[in-house]
Amino acid sequence: MEEAPLNTRLDKPAAGSPETWLDEHGNALYRYALVQLRDPHRAEDAVQETLLAALVAHERFAGGASVRTWLLGILKHKIMDQFRRQVREVPLDDVDDASELDDPADDGDFAPSGHWRNTLSDWGNPQEMLERGEFIAFLQRCLDALPQRLAHLYWLREVLEEDTETICKEMAITPNNLWTMLHRVRLGLRRCLDRTWLKGLSREGT
Amino acid sequence: MLTCKDASRLLSEGQERPLSLGERLGLRLHLWMCVSCRRFEQQLALMRRAMRALRRRAETEADTAELPIAARERIRRALSEGRGQPRD
Repeated sequence: MEEAPLNTRLDKPAAGSPETWLDEHGNALYRYALVQLRDPHRAEDAVQETLLAALVAHERFAGGASVRTWLLGILKHKIMDQFRRQVREVPLDDVDDASELDDPADDGDFAPSGHWRNTLSDWGNPQEMLERGEFIAFLQRCLDALPQRLAHLYWLREVLEEDTETICKEMAITPNNLWTMLHRVRLGLRRCLDRTWLKGLSREGT
Repeated sequence: MLTCKDASRLLSEGQERPLSLGERLGLRLHLWMCVSCRRFEQQLALMRRAMRALRRRAETEADTAELPIAARERIRRALSEGRGQPRD
């Protein structure tokens, strides 16, 4: 512990050593990863991968940005890597994907004429729904029930707020394919919320 | 004339890309006549807002989270190994 810092020269004052990164930025990285990945173990892995990559890239760190910003930049890439692995884990080519996704959803919601099979229910005042909180809890449950691949894409889109271009590039899918899958998710979530949350509300008689 | 199936798809795509003038006009006409698609439009907007709220909730929860000690030790070991011989 008496060892002098390796990088005491002026050109690299901010880089420090990886051990101090872990102590100084470990929690910040972990919190960021936790929000995006929603899973403590995956978040821990992302932090580890980030610090290892930072260690390797150490020499290239320009020192222009703060270490925290630099590490967060690496972490974002690592998080995207995790999503990419998970989305690609299910190998389906674009054509199969689109047809598989299109049909069951539409059969459920739409008559052959292209009209909704049943008139959609009124979900009431949106502001009130959000404030009551249980809507969000049901939404979470409905998300968890989705096929993983779809849930990841929807999460990338709606929570990480990535745009079509980024998602398509990272996941190697076409825009049309992505939009089909997002639409399928929205139809699926809508049905799920109707079945669970709304049904619960009418049972309560509110 | 758009079917509900077409209209719902356009409403969903409207959250992803700017719709063309023709698409917007067709959609507006359909929505004017179709209560279900009007409700679907509201439901889409609510789901999007709720997802943002879900994110804020996750951020609040993560605010006080700490990297568990076991993970911290594991990472520390990985780093000291990695230092000897860079991986990847």
